Amino acid sequence: MADVAIPRAKPQLSEDSAWIQLKHNRNWLGFWFMVPAMAFLIFFLAYPLGLGIWLSFTDTRIGRVGQFVATENYEWLWDDSIFWLSVFNTLLYTFVASAFKFGIGLYLALLLNEHMPFKAMLRAMVLIPFIVPTVLSALAFWWIFDSQFSIISWSLKQLGLISQNINFLGDTTWARICVIFANVWRGVPFVAITLLAGLQTVSPSLYEAATLDGASRWQMFRHITYPLLTPIIAVVMTFSVLFTFTDFQLIWAMTRGGPVNATHLMATLSYQRAIIAGQLGEGAAISSAMIPFLLAAIMVSWFGLQRRKWQQGENND
Amino acid sequence: MTDLPTRSIDLKATLSASSPTAAKDDHSEGMSYLQSVPRRMVTLYLPLTIIVVVLLFPFYWMALTSVKPDEQLLDLDKYNPFWTWNPTFKHFHKLLFESYYPHWLWNTMYVAVCATVLSIFASVLAAYAIVRLRYKGANLVGGLIFLAYLVPPSILFIPLATVVFQYGLFDSPLALILTYPTILIPFSTWLLMGYFKTIPFELEECALIDGASRWQILVKIVLPLAIPGLISAFIFCFTLCWNEFIYALTFLQSTSNKTVPVAIVNEFVDGDIYRWGSLMAGALAGSLPLVILYAFFVEHYVSAMTGAVKE
Repeated sequence: MADVAIPRAKPQLSEDSAWIQLKHNRNWLGFWFMVPAMAFLIFFLAYPLGLGIWLSFTDTRIGRVGQFVATENYEWLWDDSIFWLSVFNTLLYTFVASAFKFGIGLYLALLLNEHMPFKAMLRAMVLIPFIVPTVLSALAFWWIFDSQFSIISWSLKQLGLISQNINFLGDTTWARICVIFANVWRGVPFVAITLLAGLQTVSPSLYEAATLDGASRWQMFRHITYPLLTPIIAVVMTFSVLFTFTDFQLIWAMTRGGPVNATHLMATLSYQRAIIAGQLGEGAAISSAMIPFLLAAIMVSWFGLQRRKWQQGENND
Repeated sequence: MTDLPTRSIDLKATLSASSPTAAKDDHSEGMSYLQSVPRRMVTLYLPLTIIVVVLLFPFYWMALTSVKPDEQLLDLDKYNPFWTWNPTFKHFHKLLFESYYPHWLWNTMYVAVCATVLSIFASVLAAYAIVRLRYKGANLVGGLIFLAYLVPPSILFIPLATVVFQYGLFDSPLALILTYPTILIPFSTWLLMGYFKTIPFELEECALIDGASRWQILVKIVLPLAIPGLISAFIFCFTLCWNEFIYALTFLQSTSNKTVPVAIVNEFVDGDIYRWGSLMAGALAGSLPLVILYAFFVEHYVSAMTGAVKE
């Protein structure tokens, strides 16, 4: 359909000046339109991305230009147990949080898709955790999980379930559970609302037909809802995994990587090494080590999108 | 509203399905009679209530803490912790008159508005060029922009810190205004591409025949029709800016230059055991502008969120 636009190229144009050419040639025009966006993305995204990889091969520190040291930073990290702990934490955090986000998000989307009073208001309310800046809600969780004055400990004590306060953010296992909980809490609305938008494109007549055929609710979900939702699930979950994997602010506001590094993710560790300790080279090596994982996630996303293309036929342009 | 029909259908349904006409449209009422009321209580209302309560409780707790008098904050046994009969605005007063909070709020707003405007300007041009000018390699550029969307700030902040330092932007709001668009442009370009595609091409052809230039077409025809998309992109970008943390934490140093999220984490966390009141008041005051904005533009917000995933 784009070719329809061409007929404007009038015959006399060919003998016009270079300026006219520049103004009317589609490729040049496209180039001028792209300049602002490309300038930003090249100077502040592509260039730093390359620079980061270069920095990871140098011993740069804050205030000192580094020398090329080949893979020394990586060798150093290879023997660093805290680095490996952070890799383990990141994988655990991503995997567990994404699984819960998917499960609860899908469940919530199915619930919100039902017919009920105050539906619109409920849906609007569900999204609020996603709107509020992560750090600010993380602070609320910090207070909820306080070691002495936690409302959860208090409630459980009133119910007689525990006798001592739980040291939520001071105990390694509890701290991990708490940050994962906070992450799931923040991520569920996003998953639920996007899946809900997908659910609403499923035609109700399919369910009516299935009901007439005597399908149970589980069968309807398994054989109608789920297959029709897979493409959007693939995309949503890729985003979710990507942002969970590179999470920084939630951890930083709640635990700063403690207790004894139990909640250090690769992002927080690289911040600590690069900015607080000043070892830019080492920090850059940690963040560059995230790239392979991200590439894997992007591949999944890409194949998810491809699959969507053939499922939806010509609708996808 | 100038919503374009093709896109507005499912978005409207997403949020306003409670109106009687929508209920008729989606036929969902048609099957719900198959379930008895007690069954619906257990399978629908009960789990839904639990989830919604869990999702909203932290905000209730935040708001309650910010108006509780200090002695009630820490004495859970003498007073009922879930309610207070004598709310105080002491914490807000401290926030507004004894700290840099108004400064921080202003910084956040200033950075968010400037970065958003810059990004929307760049994205409109880029999206229009990719979708409608279809220059050589437009598809490839579109794909690259999508990839840029997937590059997270947490692998860019270290090299960006050195870049910011080199250009002498360290500790200035300009550092954030120039770096935030890297997060916003890919997202809003992708979103606007979707909106521009829905605008009938015939309109542009007519304008071309009448001798309009591409710039005139963009400003006078495409943009007015894409207003819902622009609002969505604007609100979403604004929220992302407000929420951004790691760049602001790395590039800003002096107390008065900080943005709200960074300032609250760094400046309010001292040894004082009574800090919780002002901490929560700060968190609440920092979230309210976004929640209010959201309340007015729920539909646009949702369309931005789902649109970016769907396209």
